[in-house]
Amino acid sequence: MSSIRTVAVCGAGGTMGTGIAIVAARAGFRTISYDVAEAPLDRAARQTAGFLGKSVERGKMTAQERDHILGAMERTTDLEGLAEADLVIEAVFEDLAVKKALMARLDGVCSGSAIFGSNTSTLSITEIAAGSKRPDRVVGMHFCLPAQLMKLIEMSPGLLTSDETFRAAWAWTEACGQIPVRTQDKPGFILNALLVPFNNDAIRAVEAGVADAADVDRAIKAALGYKMGPLELIDLIGLDTQVRLCEAFYPVTLDPRAATPPLLRRMVAAGLLGRKSGRGFFTYDGNAMFGA
Amino acid sequence: MRYAIVRSGASRSFPDGDPFLGRAVPADAAEVVVHLAGAEFRPAAGRAAVLVELGTECLGFHTGEDPAGEGGNVLGFARYRNGDDPPSALVELVRRPGTSADAVAAARAVFEEAGLAVVVCGDQAGRIVDRLVRPKYNAALRLLDEGLATQGDMDLTCRLGLGYPDGPIERVLRGGLAHHHDVTRALFETYGSAGFAPARRAVVEAQRRGKAAVPPD
Repeated sequence: MSSIRTVAVCGAGGTMGTGIAIVAARAGFRTISYDVAEAPLDRAARQTAGFLGKSVERGKMTAQERDHILGAMERTTDLEGLAEADLVIEAVFEDLAVKKALMARLDGVCSGSAIFGSNTSTLSITEIAAGSKRPDRVVGMHFCLPAQLMKLIEMSPGLLTSDETFRAAWAWTEACGQIPVRTQDKPGFILNALLVPFNNDAIRAVEAGVADAADVDRAIKAALGYKMGPLELIDLIGLDTQVRLCEAFYPVTLDPRAATPPLLRRMVAAGLLGRKSGRGFFTYDGNAMFGA
Repeated sequence: MRYAIVRSGASRSFPDGDPFLGRAVPADAAEVVVHLAGAEFRPAAGRAAVLVELGTECLGFHTGEDPAGEGGNVLGFARYRNGDDPPSALVELVRRPGTSADAVAAARAVFEEAGLAVVVCGDQAGRIVDRLVRPKYNAALRLLDEGLATQGDMDLTCRLGLGYPDGPIERVLRGGLAHHHDVTRALFETYGSAGFAPARRAVVEAQRRGKAAVPPD
């Protein structure tokens, strides 16, 4: 039986944090959303209400259930407000120093039995846990975007994570109806360890003149049954984000496939960031997509 | 677009019984000639296109490498197959820098009229799909060896996290590790990049295949 009753989400004003808070509250946990300012929490509250409202419209939950979930959600810009949390999941900016500093501050706020989960997708759990005086209570909990819809959670123990902590965090994900998988604390865990180099290879294929972007994506979709080609996916996540992922992985792994492809760097320099700028490997007009 | 087929042995793109074979016409009535794997390539300048089925080799293996004279009406092709899986709906059409646009259009018509999806790529080892997926399968097999996660969890992660119909390890195992070895070895010989070097499990399986070919004492 899990002893987790109250869940806090740090960085709850961000897209990932908003989704994680929904997951927790939807499963019946008292959920405290924390961020450094009211504005991101306001935005998250609007997004949460919108998401749950659509769930009601689609018949996935009743209005009563929606109201119950919203009633379980609290918010604060004061870290001291997380004192009663049994599980704190951080989804703050992907920066080791920021996450380590947060762990140190949580040490001073939360009870000794609290578990600290990190939603990092690129950083080492062990290194993040080094910011805490209780690294045995720190565990990797990488949700997929959008967290409120995606079931998968990559669960990674750091070198010092206790079995008790890992088991409790794992049980909590299952209580939320999520599907956990266990990975070692290695760069990118499973998902990004495979995806980031694969996406780079697709960029390099275009750069090497193997085929144009449209045919690269068409080939992968037709041959493998993927819903989205790698270059369309990079456009969706942002070419600048792909650069950041490369810069996080390559210095750690020294895997040439993880190094930033020169074409990617040039495209970012040219402001071709993907969907968010209207053009990346493909050109976008609203929701419509045109071939490169 | 009417096409004739020249065959000599088994084709990975169009195995016996494939409807594509049944729609072929006699050579004297065809605009396009399709050389399936094993058939000797012969130029035919008067045809709209001459198509050569490729395995792991480049088109240049059949036509010769001559930067000044590459092109004309000859194209390579391969219908993508994951090892022993049935052929997919994808045909990778291989053109060279001087290949005529009319020949590409004729080749495309042959396959699209058969209900297949066509992409056009340059004459590079692995074409599009194997060039992209084989390093990923190698990485997945290596990470499995290193204990990153179980095979089941790695495949499940790709299915749930990325919406793939199958995971990389179940896919490469289904296609055959020895087949993966053959493809990656050809890629590695061409490019020399570590990502193409056959993964340990594929090497072992290829070694076992060789061992099985040796009759017992």
